[in-house]
Amino acid sequence: MAKELMKGNEALAEAAIRAGCRFYSGYPITPQTEILEYLSWRMDEVGGTFVQTESELAGINMLLGAAAAGARALTSSAGPGFSLNQEGISYLVAADLPAVIIDVMRIGTGLGDIAQGQGDYWQLTRGGGHGDYRTIVLAPASVQENCDMMETAFDLAEKYRHPVLIASDAAIGQMAEGVNLPELREHNIDSFDWAVRGCRHGDAPRKIQNTYYTRPDYVEYLRDKYAAMDSEQRWESYMADDADVVLVAYGISSRVAKEAVNEARAEGFRLGLIRPITLWPFPNRAFEECKNAKAYMTVEINILGQMADDVRLAVRDTRPVDFYGTFFGLPESDVIVEKAKAMLEKEGK
Amino acid sequence: MTEIICAGFGGQGVLTTGLIIAHSAMMLGREVTWYPSYGSEMRGGTANCTIKVNEGPIASPYSKAPDIVCALNAPAVDKFEASIKPGGWLFVNDSLVDKDRVYREDINVVRVPMSEVAIECGNPKGANLVLLGAVAAHTGLFKLDELDEQVTEYFARKGKINPKNSDCLHAGARL
Repeated sequence: MAKELMKGNEALAEAAIRAGCRFYSGYPITPQTEILEYLSWRMDEVGGTFVQTESELAGINMLLGAAAAGARALTSSAGPGFSLNQEGISYLVAADLPAVIIDVMRIGTGLGDIAQGQGDYWQLTRGGGHGDYRTIVLAPASVQENCDMMETAFDLAEKYRHPVLIASDAAIGQMAEGVNLPELREHNIDSFDWAVRGCRHGDAPRKIQNTYYTRPDYVEYLRDKYAAMDSEQRWESYMADDADVVLVAYGISSRVAKEAVNEARAEGFRLGLIRPITLWPFPNRAFEECKNAKAYMTVEINILGQMADDVRLAVRDTRPVDFYGTFFGLPESDVIVEKAKAMLEKEGK
Repeated sequence: MTEIICAGFGGQGVLTTGLIIAHSAMMLGREVTWYPSYGSEMRGGTANCTIKVNEGPIASPYSKAPDIVCALNAPAVDKFEASIKPGGWLFVNDSLVDKDRVYREDINVVRVPMSEVAIECGNPKGANLVLLGAVAAHTGLFKLDELDEQVTEYFARKGKINPKNSDCLHAGARL
């Protein structure tokens, strides 16, 4: 099939259809509205259900209902809308329900602004709703990865009966790149023994409810589930094995970081990159190969350097970890190289 | 890497012009990004998009110093002329921008009477293709015949086949 030129948001939407998603409920907000716009006609073509809800709260709760019935169900939001999704995500986790929620990150707190941001990292990776949970978070860095990760997200969600988040950003959502689309796949809504599909005469009734009320082994069950999810660490390593300074960046920032690695290497400065593909579980294992690293620096579009904490934990504070954060605008490759050099200088080489 | 900005009024086909460039470059095996200005834009307001074309991967989809600017109105010239790389190209819609306007001397300026030429070709909606023909002829971004083929393919995918599109491209290339 010929390559298509698609916007990142459209690619997410088309890839969801091709992964067998036949239910979407959500509310428009920049910079992710193209997902709704696209699915509003595309879902109809494949006989699925698209609902533009009255709010993000309704969107996430309709999604919960569809997931309980065994459908591959999707919602998406950004900024304050994604905050409104959090209560429902906590309920999805509580009820052991698989679903995919996309956050096309914008910048800032409160209303913030519509430019690309990476300030939702803590909310995404720590369990943004109430209670005691985490979810697998996938972070695409290109329009092609937006396509490729959608099926992975649904597969992982069903494997663990747990919601999976996709952490895209406005830059990848709004830009168009060439993509190879995956094959169209149908999902059988009757493939689960837990889904509520109506109770036929003589069948034992099925219920979807908080597993706290039903599982005597609740605590052990959840500990085992999270331990198993920890095996899903994914990352891309780029010239990290011999690097003196290792950058850590995901999403749109990782592309600029990779450019910085190339620029540094061209002048003989050994810079490397670890790109987390799962933000949770954080790819701790990726750091085992950084035998030569004297320092680590995250590159992020936020003010506080949110990911730096996870790098400190991954390297057990054996090396200094700093961050280069931008706010309105992408990181710059020459600034990355300059800051990385300064870090190495400080460590006495 | 070639960095291109297309800018003008909303409704002039600025974003589509950029999509045609990106599509054509993609089909010719190059890496591309296309990035629109987005947000609280309004009808009749300004619109622009940035296209990057490269043989290898592209990091950021933004451009600070474009090689080529296609300015479809005077505000677009105001906004982007200063950012063009020295030796770069500014294509100006001569149908809308003051003919006596003075430009930087360290860039190449090509005045394209887009609307007039498109009307002469009997295809008034093809004004942007006149511009693209001129871009191909001057900058070496595309060979004219390969651009012609990809423009036909672009519109064919949308079910719109119009032989006069080629006429517009070729007329633009002769300017």
